[in-house]
Amino acid sequence: MRRFTWFNATSLTLGFAFLYMPMVILVIYSFNESKLVTVWAGFSTKWYGELMQNQAFLDAAWVTLKVGVAASTLATVLGTMAALVLVRAGRFPGRTLFSGMIYAPLVMPEVITGLSLLLLFISLGVDRGVFTIILAHTTFAMCYVSVVVSSRLVTFDQSLEEAALDLGCSAFTAFRLVTLPIIAPAVVSGWLLAFTLSLDDLVIASFTAGPSATTLPIKIFSAVRLGVSPEINALCTLMIAIVAIGVIGTSIGTKRAALRQKRDEQAAARATG
Amino acid sequence: MAVPVFAPWEDPTQKPLIQFKGVTKRFGDFTAIDNQTLDIYTREFFALLGPSGCGKTTMMRMLAGFEQPTEGQILIGGIDMKGVPPNEREVNMMFQSYALFPHLSVWENIAFGLRRMGQPKDELEARVEEMLRLTRLTKFARRKPHQISGGQRQRVALARSLARAPKLLLLDEPLGALDKKLREETQFELMDIQEKTGTTFVIVTHDQEEAMTVASRIAVMDEGCVIQVATPATIYEAPNSVYVADFIGDVNIIEGAAKRAGTGYEITWAEGEAPLHTRKEEGEIVAIPEGGKAYLAIRPEKVAIHADKPQGVANAVQGKIIDVAYLGNLSTYHVRLANGTMVRAQTANTRRLALRPFTWEDTVWLSWTDTAAILLAE
Repeated sequence: MRRFTWFNATSLTLGFAFLYMPMVILVIYSFNESKLVTVWAGFSTKWYGELMQNQAFLDAAWVTLKVGVAASTLATVLGTMAALVLVRAGRFPGRTLFSGMIYAPLVMPEVITGLSLLLLFISLGVDRGVFTIILAHTTFAMCYVSVVVSSRLVTFDQSLEEAALDLGCSAFTAFRLVTLPIIAPAVVSGWLLAFTLSLDDLVIASFTAGPSATTLPIKIFSAVRLGVSPEINALCTLMIAIVAIGVIGTSIGTKRAALRQKRDEQAAARATG
Repeated sequence: MAVPVFAPWEDPTQKPLIQFKGVTKRFGDFTAIDNQTLDIYTREFFALLGPSGCGKTTMMRMLAGFEQPTEGQILIGGIDMKGVPPNEREVNMMFQSYALFPHLSVWENIAFGLRRMGQPKDELEARVEEMLRLTRLTKFARRKPHQISGGQRQRVALARSLARAPKLLLLDEPLGALDKKLREETQFELMDIQEKTGTTFVIVTHDQEEAMTVASRIAVMDEGCVIQVATPATIYEAPNSVYVADFIGDVNIIEGAAKRAGTGYEITWAEGEAPLHTRKEEGEIVAIPEGGKAYLAIRPEKVAIHADKPQGVANAVQGKIIDVAYLGNLSTYHVRLANGTMVRAQTANTRRLALRPFTWEDTVWLSWTDTAAILLAE
């Protein structure tokens, strides 16, 4: 299995090329001197400078950030609550229906989610803007959060919560002092997932955004329709960098924690053995 | 007598700490506990013993308040516990999985219940230190649960559940996760701590040896019913049913028809064989219908083994040795009688192995006295 063969090397190269080639090209051309995207004219960082001057892009980035933080926080609270009910409440009439309905938006085409929300907002007479995008993103992101959190809760030893009740906690204190700290990593990754989804989303945002609020994906999409500019390449490179740093940072953190845990357990076993 | 015997269950003036009154617990169609009445007294170390699924854990969870009885009443200290949630009961539980909070240190785990009581800081600290000393954990106070061994975790769980000084401590298979040697040590430690703190302990276990070692009284359970409640000695020497006799320790059961004969019974068990005799000890209740089906229960260590027919004994039967189990300190001989019944006889190996008198295929005589066996209706 571990042996180097030409077949393994080729499939590895092809696989990675397939995944990363487009991004590498994008990153390279973001440092292109020329305004023409497909003609290389030497290295330059001038498009990054210009990007920083472009107020429309900066505004869109700010809106995206606001929407992302607000929507993912709301989605995390609601999604965690839904997960708790689904995992803990046992059997109640309509449980299957309820859990099915929570997960339905996962498989629902985004166009339909977006359109239905648009119709809702129009019929309620809500002005479309940052607020409506937050609501829309909360709606679809909370299912993802509840999937992540409930998969953690399934393996959560319920006797921990019973022990807290036994030691004098009310149901809410038991959740706050015992359950929440223990499932915190799952809640955090649920939040991160929701944040990423909100950051990425184009379809639902374009249905629910109004003239007063434009998110970065909408802005990029509409800019690209007028032709790809090196400025966009620069912007996308920055986004790739931020996401990459986030992912690498988290995985190093988890790996270190796992190693520390293993070391501690071995030390404990040695101490008694 | 120098030390008064602890037996509040024999004293009619004693009020029980815990009373189950006609308690039934159903989960859907399944009846976990079937109309049970049971008293447990203050300072008792009470064991609920039975195979898995017999309802012993349900009994315990009803005491803790995690389950409510479907019918009947549970009283603790004379007060009906109906609707009282776990956090308002003076009852604490040590969980089978220990349920230590992984994100808190040993110290904080023990302090957890005390913090909920709103004790002043210095009292709380003193109490935690006291519990750490009692369970010999002072060195490990700052460690997290995953940084200590299984035996230490077990002691943290015990310290945490005792910290609030409950009236009643429930222990759910507390030693199940420990290896045999550590389990035996811990049994004595548990008894010691129980005596020191004067707390009433109710332990759930499927390990009869463990129950015999630690408990003042044992309730043997089967399929939602308590079959017998008695001291370990009574349970062993005078079981009230074949089930209890078989569940606790090793036993030979000989089936036959019983007939009154003088102060005892005569049991016809096989054609062409002399009937067996049994005489009841004082206080034993044997209600066998005349000529009815009866079971004679004899512990293997009460069966003697001889090369020649012994004279002047109440019961003697002949058989052939099929198997010898050598356990070091003891040897168990599996002997087949003429009608096919297998009887085990156990002898202490007081001599060296080379001098052992019996081996495979030997024809031997087994004997026991007329008080060694107990006659059971079922």
